[in-house]
Amino acid sequence: MVPYLCCIILFLIGIYAILTKRNLIKIAIGFCLLEYAVNLFFALIGYKKDALAPIYTNVSQSKNFVDPIPQALVLTAIVIGLGTTALLLSVAVRIYEKYKTLDIKEIKRLKE
Amino acid sequence: MNYLPLFTALPLLGAFLTPLLSKIWERLSDIIGSIITTFLLILSIYSIFLLPIFGDLYVYEIGKWPIRPIPLGIVFTFDSLSLLMVLAINLLSFACAVYSINYLDNYTARWKFWTLFLLLIAGLNGVAITGDLFNLFVFIEISAISSYALVAFGVEKEDLEASFKYQVIGEVGGLTILLAIALIYAKTSTLNMADIANTFLNENKGTLFWFIISLLTFGFLIKSALFPFHFWLPDAHSQAPAPISAILSGIFIKTLGVYTLFRLIFNVFGLNRNNAPHYFNLLLILGILSIIITSFITLKQENYKRLLAYSTISQIGYIFVGLGLSNFFGIIGALTLIFAHALSKGLLFLTAGSVEREAGTLDINELTLLKKRMSFYGLVYTLGALSLAGIPPFLGFFPKLFLILGAIKEKMLGLAIILGIFSILTLAYLLKITNKVFTNKEGEEVKENSLSAISFLFLVFLIFIFGIFYFNYLQPNLINKASEVVIRGIEYARLVLMK
Repeated sequence: MVPYLCCIILFLIGIYAILTKRNLIKIAIGFCLLEYAVNLFFALIGYKKDALAPIYTNVSQSKNFVDPIPQALVLTAIVIGLGTTALLLSVAVRIYEKYKTLDIKEIKRLKE
Repeated sequence: MNYLPLFTALPLLGAFLTPLLSKIWERLSDIIGSIITTFLLILSIYSIFLLPIFGDLYVYEIGKWPIRPIPLGIVFTFDSLSLLMVLAINLLSFACAVYSINYLDNYTARWKFWTLFLLLIAGLNGVAITGDLFNLFVFIEISAISSYALVAFGVEKEDLEASFKYQVIGEVGGLTILLAIALIYAKTSTLNMADIANTFLNENKGTLFWFIISLLTFGFLIKSALFPFHFWLPDAHSQAPAPISAILSGIFIKTLGVYTLFRLIFNVFGLNRNNAPHYFNLLLILGILSIIITSFITLKQENYKRLLAYSTISQIGYIFVGLGLSNFFGIIGALTLIFAHALSKGLLFLTAGSVEREAGTLDINELTLLKKRMSFYGLVYTLGALSLAGIPPFLGFFPKLFLILGAIKEKMLGLAIILGIFSILTLAYLLKITNKVFTNKEGEEVKENSLSAISFLFLVFLIFIFGIFYFNYLQPNLINKASEVVIRGIEYARLVLMK
């Protein structure tokens, strides 16, 4: 149960960072934390205590394997996360070039 | 119908061909983009005729991994609801692709636009046809990431700001959906939507079930920009290039937010008004609030595209009213509105692009003082606006009619009156642009561009022809069947697994 709770705490820290931080890079870090929390949670779902890695070996007695599907899905999710993080940071770099600041309070040319 | 994977494979192929072939000749990317969207349009029209032969449901097993006795691989399921979405996506993307060929003269990197555009289409088509939950997430992310990049395509100050905001909010929605998928997998040990539906059917619906539903709803409401999750939409949709605004506002938020919610809520989780009245009332209330609040904000807007973007939020409100009513008329109204709004809002955003090209600004007050006559754009804009506001004989009239009938059937007369009044308000704020930008102008007539004229006339023709033949063609052949899929609910699982 404790690892699941840690995931939720990590998730909440990420949300906190996105909601309260003023620096674009810190928001991006908060987003990364959020993503790691979800990925970790997903990987934990497939975990079983004292189980083997899900690689087929020709053993006679039945073995306890961990569920391989969440691992495959998390790998996909990590790659997607890589793409979004890279895009987020590159947009942040372009914003810095244009505005000469990373403070969201000063980046508000769009209004109601 | 074993050509089904082409709906995503073709645009993906195009997306990776454009960077290579544009090295030979820059214009080759235009040709690839328009050929592929044309071909997708032909495929989706062909599917209208082919799908009834297969009994209105076709299941494609990717890599021939069998779906019975247990679903091993990823499947694509193509039924009437998917058909409606695929048709709307490809009609609009064809019009936008034709329009983009000339519009892209304003920008430098042609092939970059086409690569992202085709990725966006691939993701949207994939969301509409997939029958696997994780695959759904992957397609959502493909189209979402390309849309973030396309919003920032102009790399001006405002574009970057809108894109950053949109990305952070959109990804929070995406990760919530992923968390819900993780919980669903933990509960059911399967990712096939039909199999998930079967598993949930036999379980009692406890706290975890409702926690999953609320996570998914939160994620999809962010994607569909319903009030109170709408704040990113006006920035993102007004800063994107015009054809992209048309796709984002016309079809993107509906595929990623509304269609997915329809599919999961009705077909996978089997909710309906009888077993979950509070859930549907919540959606209904959010829909009504969305209509009322954004209509008043829209009235005050002074920017052409921002006004249209705000009006999208109130139209999404109408769709959610239909979803919340979830009786026969409500569902038909919501599905027709998805289709009608895609065509007419797409048309309005495309005229915004042409006006911006001629005038160099989108501020309505500056446009009033402009010494140029744009009567063709004015005519096209007004026809689109009339359709959007629900004036017969255009297509946009029927969804409003059915939504009002649906409200009356549930004995909610107040709601019916609200829907009617705000439909008139829609007309008021849309015609504000006609009034200030297009009428009583002096100066020379601007020349229309032939390619953009083709895409305008194509969309106007569709709005008009589907409106005239609504009861003869569109409703019996497409909308009724799609609403049957929604109303049948959990039956979807049995049909898919039997195939």
